[in-house]
Amino acid sequence: MKGSVMTAMVSIDAVGKSYASGFEALKGVSLDIHQGEILALLGPNGAGKTTLISCICGISRPTRGVITVGGHDVIDDFRAARRLVGLVPQEINLEPFEKVMNSVRLSRGLFGKPRNDAFLEKVLKRLSLWDKRNARISELSGGMKRRVLIAKALSHEPRVLFLDEPTAGVDVELRRDMWDIVAQLKADGVTIILTTHYIEEAEAIADRVGVINKGELLLVEEKAALMNRMGRKELRIELSEPVAAIPEGLSDYNLRLEDDGLTLVYPYDVRKERTGITRLISDFGAAGLLLRDISTRQNSLEDIFVGLVKEQDGDAA
Amino acid sequence: MNWQAVYAMYSFEMARFFRTITQSFVSPVISTSLYFVVFGSAIGSRIQEVDGVSYGAFIVPGLIMLTVMTQALSNASFGIYFPKFIGTIYELLSAPVNFIEIVIGYVGAAATKSMFIGLVILGTSALFVDLKIQAPLAMLAFLVLTCLSFSLMGFIIGIWAGNFEQLQLVPLLVVTPLVFLGGSFYSISMLPPFWQTVTLFNPVVYLISGFRWSFFGIADVPIGISLLAISAFTVICIGIIWWIFKTGWRIRS
Repeated sequence: MKGSVMTAMVSIDAVGKSYASGFEALKGVSLDIHQGEILALLGPNGAGKTTLISCICGISRPTRGVITVGGHDVIDDFRAARRLVGLVPQEINLEPFEKVMNSVRLSRGLFGKPRNDAFLEKVLKRLSLWDKRNARISELSGGMKRRVLIAKALSHEPRVLFLDEPTAGVDVELRRDMWDIVAQLKADGVTIILTTHYIEEAEAIADRVGVINKGELLLVEEKAALMNRMGRKELRIELSEPVAAIPEGLSDYNLRLEDDGLTLVYPYDVRKERTGITRLISDFGAAGLLLRDISTRQNSLEDIFVGLVKEQDGDAA
Repeated sequence: MNWQAVYAMYSFEMARFFRTITQSFVSPVISTSLYFVVFGSAIGSRIQEVDGVSYGAFIVPGLIMLTVMTQALSNASFGIYFPKFIGTIYELLSAPVNFIEIVIGYVGAAATKSMFIGLVILGTSALFVDLKIQAPLAMLAFLVLTCLSFSLMGFIIGIWAGNFEQLQLVPLLVVTPLVFLGGSFYSISMLPPFWQTVTLFNPVVYLISGFRWSFFGIADVPIGISLLAISAFTVICIGIIWWIFKTGWRIRS
């Protein structure tokens, strides 16, 4: 596989996190994130996405396991590891009375970078924040505040960027902007890890997708391969004349009747060696049905995701 | 050491101070002036000299200490509690800084602010009473150490506090009484013998006594013990902070 020959920018090895209450937020997660890729972590609320990010960034301490960033252990060699990492948190955590520029300057300084207002100007312009540089953060709209969080994370030129639910509750325009920014960063070689509820977001920008639920990583796959491998497809056959029931000769096919008998739907699995389509079509002829149109529909990532999570919940029950 | 980060934290905190200049600067000046009007002129004129020093001048070191201690406490505790409260602490925790750098940045800023206020009050006092400072270097040393140790203590309170009420609790219930009863406005020799002994358990007595010594050469307790007390207090605070960061208590889950 292409991914395995790339270098791991972030390496997570058997990382677990449990709390004093006994709650296990992460149950031995292992994952390599390659340099320059965009990885989307999908999962329902409370799945452990933010906990995982917090453990990598130093906000939480993992109970067990090893995490390295750029080859540096995040605990033993925390300075070298953290210098590489930018974090955009889920919550809008900003000092309300501070000016945008000062807040961004603080971030750059905290990460040990000398003051460089020319670079910060570039960052703020890229995020359409330059006009607001002297505005107090409390005066900004929600979307603008989120941009400030991104500007703070980018202010120290990170090589790995974590975006925790970056587009939760933002309007469509800002979401598109955010995707553009992510694409630009990727072009600069920045490794990007984003968590999201929005499947379409993962579908639109990720190279790989990880699904996490109840503290376990259920799978990590190249997005295209994932959709290919797991994607179930449907063949939709429109008839010239409606039928009242599925003809007897076709009863073995698990067909579904839709549109008042005008459409027959045949679900099949692209992974199988034989999809059964050829035989189905010829059996249609034998049953005396006249076909008007044929189309196929591929399941979205959302269907895959919901299927996986349901499967795990079913196992647990 | 990540000095760049220390400087960033320090200047960010100082900017807050200058942004709220009325609150952080004008209010201590006004309250000090009020103390002088009330204690120095109105009541002070009826009080005899204390150990050969006019009462107006006698209360100057105590007043400075009183303000410096409460300011250092509130500045330092608020400085670290506020990021916790609004969530910006995530940035400190994920930055390549260790506890020493965070403490130098935050405590350094709080100590600077309170030092500044202390000097302003000293200047304001000079307008009201004749002041002679017998040992200026010792005076500065006591001032610096007091600013530092109370800022360290404030930092601990800020980390410990889970809400604004707790943030006010220790300064209000513990520190203010200790400061008022620590000889800010009187010499402990004025007290009955029993209360003199009780007062010796109040650590603030040693600070105020030493500080007053640097002005007038008079002290309730020997100057060496005063220095030892403030140094021990500083070391204890540093020890507690070291433990806080080592265990991640109340800051890192």
